[in-house]
Amino acid sequence: MSGVLINIGYLIASVLFILGLKGLTHPRTAVRGNLLGATGMFIAVVLTLTNQRIVSFEMILIGIVIGGAIGAVLAIKIQMTEMPELVALFNGFGGIASVLVAGAALFESAQGTDVPIIQLTIAIAASGLIGAVTFWGSLVAFGKLKGLVNENAFLFSGQQIINAVLGIVTLSFAVWVVIDPTSTVAYWCLVGTASILGVLLVMPIGGADMPVVVALLNSYSGLAAAANGFVLSNNVLIITGSLVGASGLILTQIMCKAMNRSLTNVLFGVLAPVGGGPSADDVYAGKVKSASPEEVALLFDAARRVAIVPGYGMAVSQAQHPVASLAALLESRGVTVEYAIHPVAGRMPGHMNVLLAEADVPYEALKDMDEINETFDQVDVALVIGANDVVNPVARTDPSSPIAGMPIIDVDKAKTVVVIKRSLSPGFAGIPNPLFALDNSLMMFGDGKKMVLDMVSALKDS
Amino acid sequence: METFIMAFTIFVLAIFVGFEIITKIPPTLHTPLMSGSNAISGITLVGAVLSAGSQVTTLTTVLGLLAVIFATINVVGGFMVTNRMLSMFKKK
Repeated sequence: MSGVLINIGYLIASVLFILGLKGLTHPRTAVRGNLLGATGMFIAVVLTLTNQRIVSFEMILIGIVIGGAIGAVLAIKIQMTEMPELVALFNGFGGIASVLVAGAALFESAQGTDVPIIQLTIAIAASGLIGAVTFWGSLVAFGKLKGLVNENAFLFSGQQIINAVLGIVTLSFAVWVVIDPTSTVAYWCLVGTASILGVLLVMPIGGADMPVVVALLNSYSGLAAAANGFVLSNNVLIITGSLVGASGLILTQIMCKAMNRSLTNVLFGVLAPVGGGPSADDVYAGKVKSASPEEVALLFDAARRVAIVPGYGMAVSQAQHPVASLAALLESRGVTVEYAIHPVAGRMPGHMNVLLAEADVPYEALKDMDEINETFDQVDVALVIGANDVVNPVARTDPSSPIAGMPIIDVDKAKTVVVIKRSLSPGFAGIPNPLFALDNSLMMFGDGKKMVLDMVSALKDS
Repeated sequence: METFIMAFTIFVLAIFVGFEIITKIPPTLHTPLMSGSNAISGITLVGAVLSAGSQVTTLTTVLGLLAVIFATINVVGGFMVTNRMLSMFKKK
């Protein structure tokens, strides 16, 4: 097929990608949007197969069959609670694909007689660098989310200096690739040091900051694809890569804002060690009241409006289905039930929403933090499940706290707050939560799933 | 150089388009957005297919094959899992 026709096809594919993303602006149109994107991808790949440079389809077919099978199995088997891991892994695969494509392009050009132009070699170096950082960074993020690597921040002295030196070495190799494109060694050195850099950049980041990292690596995988587009002078890659790059960057911004921290602080900083703040004993001693599922069921009986605040703990104990049946039971008795979702609840943007959608919670009931905070004083019972820092009123009241200024869900304004939690242990910020000791707070100590199921049976009996 | 500037123009404009659309996506759909954008960033498959098919040297063919595998995982896995998630979002 002629180059003109192929490029028109690529244009159509790009338009379909943009329309596909546009479909995601509403749950009603989202499924169709995703299908539009898939159609665009199909068109782009089929058109590429007509390229005259291709002399054999064997390898392509083998690759597509293997990759397609792995992708399909992952997509079907994955639990919704494991989505952060899967997305981290996919980010990494995007990165490594860019490294491989750029490497192949470099070695192909080394076979020719023409000296490759500098724009090409810069794009190759950029693909290799961003791609390798993305791949290894994503693997570490995957390991942390999966529990294969210690989730806590891994810190050692001189870390910043080592990273800085490694960064300079990596850039030097990049310059070498640009100056001497015939050297295959230079490219592998670049990929090698960028890989170490990717590992070291994500190791110091703790579990609760994973939403930011996963979003940022998502952005990187897009940028790597765009860099590939410059290597191949292919507009569909450039356009798609920039769309994904922009998307990841926006999500990163939203996550940082929701924690009231700068990106630099998340990536390189440590949460300020707690000095001078009240100790857990001062905050909790003699003031924490615990309640049984039966007692809480009585509260629900008298309530008219209930807000459920899910956190990562709900995902860990797989409590989303019991939570949904509790809500359905309450609604059948005329109680209004809504879900108050903090942007950083869970381990990736929108994690809680997907879990609750899986449990057949209608999307209208899922409220953003800002939306539900306006009316929280009208909530009779706020049920907090496995969330801690995102409901800590200290963020509003104590300017010296490590979470000062972080937007929180104002559960303390509800008439009664019920908190399901295993113990009084602190959340990621490492500080006690005075919410648990408030006069209108009741604690239910135990596993989220079991506690909710007990409440459901208590309600049914009453 | 002129080709590069053309390509760069497209790059910058596409970023603006991305910002405009993606800021309108509600937080409820942020996870499908990430998995869906993963799927479309598998567009690298286009480059991978060329390297795997043009068979310039054994090395470039192997690199191309590996790239095809990884990119296809992204494309197939990404679109399928996004579809699975999105079909769970229902009205009352």
